[in-house]
Amino acid sequence: MIKTALKTTVAMVATGLLSSAVLAGDLVINFDDPNPAPKEAFETAVEAFKAANPDINVTVNINDREAHKTAIRNFLSADAPDITSWYPGNRMAPFVEAGLFEDVSDVWDDNGFHDALAAIKPTMTIDDKQWGVPYTYYQWGVYYRKDIFDKLELAEPTNWEEFNAVAEKLKEAGVTPITIGTKFLWTAAGVFDYLNLRTNGYEVHNDLTAGKIKYTDDRIKKVFETWKEMVDADYFVENHATMSWQDAIAPFANGDAAMYVMGNFSVDGYLNAGLTEDQIDFFQFPEITPGLPRAEEAPADAFFIPSGAKNKEDARKFLAFIAQPDVQTEWNNTIIQLPINKNAEVGDNKFLKEGFETLSTASGLAQFYDRDAPAQMAKAGMEGFQEFMLDTSKMDAILERLDGVQEEVYK
Amino acid sequence: MANSTTTADPAPPGNLRWQKNRLAIAPWLFVAPALIFFSIYVIIPIFQSIALSFYEWNGLYDGEGQSTAKWVGLDNYRKLLFDDERFYISLKNNVIWLVLYMLAVPLGLAIALFLNQTVTGIRFYKSMFFFPFVISQVVVGLIYGWFYNPDYGVVGSLWKWAFCEETINIMGNVTTKCSTKPPDILGDEDWATYGIIFAGLWPQVAYCMILYLTGLNNVSPEQIEAGRLDGAKGWKMLRHIILPQLAPATFLAIVVTVIGALRSFDMIAIMTRGGPFGSSNVLAYYMYETAISEYGDRYGYGSAIATVLFLIMLVYISYFLWRMYRDEKDNS
Repeated sequence: MIKTALKTTVAMVATGLLSSAVLAGDLVINFDDPNPAPKEAFETAVEAFKAANPDINVTVNINDREAHKTAIRNFLSADAPDITSWYPGNRMAPFVEAGLFEDVSDVWDDNGFHDALAAIKPTMTIDDKQWGVPYTYYQWGVYYRKDIFDKLELAEPTNWEEFNAVAEKLKEAGVTPITIGTKFLWTAAGVFDYLNLRTNGYEVHNDLTAGKIKYTDDRIKKVFETWKEMVDADYFVENHATMSWQDAIAPFANGDAAMYVMGNFSVDGYLNAGLTEDQIDFFQFPEITPGLPRAEEAPADAFFIPSGAKNKEDARKFLAFIAQPDVQTEWNNTIIQLPINKNAEVGDNKFLKEGFETLSTASGLAQFYDRDAPAQMAKAGMEGFQEFMLDTSKMDAILERLDGVQEEVYK
Repeated sequence: MANSTTTADPAPPGNLRWQKNRLAIAPWLFVAPALIFFSIYVIIPIFQSIALSFYEWNGLYDGEGQSTAKWVGLDNYRKLLFDDERFYISLKNNVIWLVLYMLAVPLGLAIALFLNQTVTGIRFYKSMFFFPFVISQVVVGLIYGWFYNPDYGVVGSLWKWAFCEETINIMGNVTTKCSTKPPDILGDEDWATYGIIFAGLWPQVAYCMILYLTGLNNVSPEQIEAGRLDGAKGWKMLRHIILPQLAPATFLAIVVTVIGALRSFDMIAIMTRGGPFGSSNVLAYYMYETAISEYGDRYGYGSAIATVLFLIMLVYISYFLWRMYRDEKDNS
């Protein structure tokens, strides 16, 4: 009875949002980014698709990103569009497990995507099947104030010793080495992921987020000990717990902090804060364990076909279309991110060039802590990271608590 | 017993039955819309949510429209009551909210007494004091979020004025160096809850004040006069003459303040989102976080939290209903 009542409400809401009368040849696409550049890139691709397939009548619904995260849970089962945007990794897992996403391995087979999209294939795969087609991703790493580095005659550090030397020099000059805002938690996960990837490597990251390694494992403890040294040596800005990632740009722009562990989407924020492209630069997160194969964070966005879609045939055509090299080139040039198709061209932008260089030579690509780990674990983990950054003496208690959550989540 | 005598009446039955029962049916007809909506939006969801609390469910239906919920019996409650530190932190914060929020009642009374005089422009002052209650809780939350900000807020600026000096940093920009760190109230696990409550008191005091101001209008001047003749003044006058007459206003003020304390959700969502690391959660926000927020989707567990919260509130609601019932009986 709960179900029917819920479903009716859900259906009523969904019919309001989407066009419900879909005929053959109609294709309904739900997209989740109404910001100017992503919207324009998406609409341009849709126009190109229409031009190539004049018999298909495409309807587009563009939702707010946060609203989409809630709405998708309803529309997938109540009134499914033919295509929806969503995220790979553990974010797609609940929908795949509930049978709400269509297996699109055939699209990968028919279009040679296994090779062309190989970079993101592992995270698009569950049970040896592919469940969607990715269209963009971006690099993470350390963004820094090049003018400050130049003034202090510092070079981009490549290993941990050099990194610590740089940090000490910055502190001597009265500059906080790293800015961060942990109010929304995930920024701390970026730091943790990189420390873990550089200390223990890609396999340990995957095993940890898959629940195969405990948080009290010596390898993870080692990560936290390195992190503890950083926090205790005042590498991070104060008051980070009340700052969002945008707030944390302020000390960076003012010259009070010199480095930021971030994703490429943040470049826009630096420019808006009044910095010029010459003042900022990028380096790969430095090596910690010598000789360890370098893995990177590279969150991807993708399109999926709901299993309740009415026009799966044309939906497959669209998925095949958006992964074509020329489409991905144009799309990512507009949103200033990296195309996934290895035959696509990277935009003419110094951060994209460095990003491409970083990702194409990486030994493994992680999505991000909160996409690789299940939601409940990610939430508890990220709260733990924030707590740890505020009081490093709680390390053991936090790790033990995370073990408890882990036991519960992966049972 | 009028009914039994009229049943023997030979008049046309349909019309008559309406006539006979009009008095009994009419009230129900008037109440029906409210009852229907109250059932759909309040009563039925309460039972649905209690039912859900025995399941583990991520909120999804599979391709065939079947719920993916799994029956776990009392497991959610076992975890919640015996295994969940966050739950007790939230419960403790709920209690802190209830206790400290009560300050709104005496503070509101004090301001009302102060404003209850006839001076030019008193209406203006009254509306100024009432102003915070008019603006949305979300706006109050945002304002106080900035107020507390250790970098550019009022707290931060005062601190800088007292303990910091301005210097020029390496890039030639103005920056401040402090001898002691400014307090990061909303980012500190021990202070965050108190910071939010303090912000919440601002509109709540205004609310209580307006209730008392209306109450003061109805205080009988004869009794005050009589009291004065008997030599009562100051504290005694307030305690024995004014306050008893304000009892209905006090009752109402306490009721709305308890409700306000339990509705702390908006302020928490805006100011800290339950953080840092869950230390300023209350049960309502914890439930939201567990069931509906981005990293939640544990509807069963969230429902268990909701049920516990419901049981706690039931105690208060029962007292309130009992008290209303008693008052009505006394009056009739």
